[in-house]
Amino acid sequence: MIRIENVSKWYGQARVLAGCSTRIAEGEVVVVCGPSGSGKSTLIKTINGLEPFDEGTIVVNGVSVGAPGTDLPRLRARVGMVFQSFELFPHLTVRENLALAQVVVLGRSRDEAHARGREYLARVGLAGFADRLPAQLSGGQQQRVAIARALCMDPVCMLFDEPTSALDPEMVGEVLDVMVELAGEGMTMVCVTHEMGFARKVADRVIFMDQGAILDDCPSEEFFGNRAGRPERAQQFLARVLSH
Amino acid sequence: MDFSVIADNLSYFLLGAWPHGPLGGAALTLVLSISSALASGALGLVLGVALATTHGPAHQGLVLALGFFRAIPVLMLIFWTYFLLPIVFGFNVPGTGTVVVALSLIGGSYLAHSVYAGIASLPPGQWQAAAALGLRRADALRHVILPQALPIMLPSFLNQWIALIKDSSLAYVIGVGELSFVATQVSNREMVYPTEIFLFVALLYFIICSSLELGAGAIARRYGSAEKQT
Repeated sequence: MIRIENVSKWYGQARVLAGCSTRIAEGEVVVVCGPSGSGKSTLIKTINGLEPFDEGTIVVNGVSVGAPGTDLPRLRARVGMVFQSFELFPHLTVRENLALAQVVVLGRSRDEAHARGREYLARVGLAGFADRLPAQLSGGQQQRVAIARALCMDPVCMLFDEPTSALDPEMVGEVLDVMVELAGEGMTMVCVTHEMGFARKVADRVIFMDQGAILDDCPSEEFFGNRAGRPERAQQFLARVLSH
Repeated sequence: MDFSVIADNLSYFLLGAWPHGPLGGAALTLVLSISSALASGALGLVLGVALATTHGPAHQGLVLALGFFRAIPVLMLIFWTYFLLPIVFGFNVPGTGTVVVALSLIGGSYLAHSVYAGIASLPPGQWQAAAALGLRRADALRHVILPQALPIMLPSFLNQWIALIKDSSLAYVIGVGELSFVATQVSNREMVYPTEIFLFVALLYFIICSSLELGAGAIARRYGSAEKQT
């Protein structure tokens, strides 16, 4: 589904991605973790071309992301993305947030888009909230709407960029519940997250990054079960995030 | 003070020689203001979007061109277009058209920067979210960015349009018979009523500018409250 080969990226002299390679199969749930500034958000944003990269190849669903002739908007319409700060459109109601891209990008009728929106809004447990504005929702609710908005596009895979990092602790659970359910339905997911409980429970694989490089890429049982077999940086990271 | 001079010349103040001659006075001021408000608004919107979406040399060139129009006095541009346009186009451009062109260019240049600032004030995540959903840049602008940026820009548009109404009085230098021009005419003819005449002219400008401000305020309130209700 997603093939990343030797991807590197520089900001001037600073190398933010250093020869990253991995493959994500259909239906697989992969968690990307690592200290802040390790390049994990940058890596996940290269998958749908939001971040350009300088070297290497990324192929998503048979489409080469970095190739000059690639119609990126068309590719992005099939790749769902959820952001740390939700990024709902504040001037539109929840209903319109869900419908906008369906109508403009996919060419669905408004009725069709609203029907689809209602369906996914119910799936994330917010059936009665279609007429609200984003500002009238809690952070957790906003993030669930954002997930529903991405799902309305019938994505072939979903990218989550620290979806719970901007949330109050009591709201993290409601968002993770939706993600767990989504994983259970067989959605291909790449999640940048510090939620190691989620990683252990749901992820098929864990990728550990530091200083722009993928240092570890293994099944999650291995990642959490065999601590001694991990690279030193990953051990330090795990010791820090699991100690509380 | 004797305000009968106003009553005697009221039609001339408000309409100029119309309907027997060309439209003038306050009505022409309104025509000048409305046409250059619309043109400067459209120009400002297009150039502001261009500023926000271009990079490198194209962007620099645009900044330079806008800087030029912001740096020269309106009066000079009016003179300039009055004498330049006939040379460029090979026919005489009426004074009214000249003034509208000059005011629109200058107003548009100011507004372009307001539009640019309004667009730039939105968090980059909004562009990213729109892009991630597959929206192309033009669609993102139309459906996501501008609907949020335009309300932010409204006060700048209002300021610019009010300045523009008052700048339209500069049209008198090329003999366009708008409000200031006919007021000066009447004053010169009557000789002894400048206070009354120009008090009245000030009142007219005040009424025109205040109505614009009140109107815009009402629209903003209705728009704002509608947004809260939904």
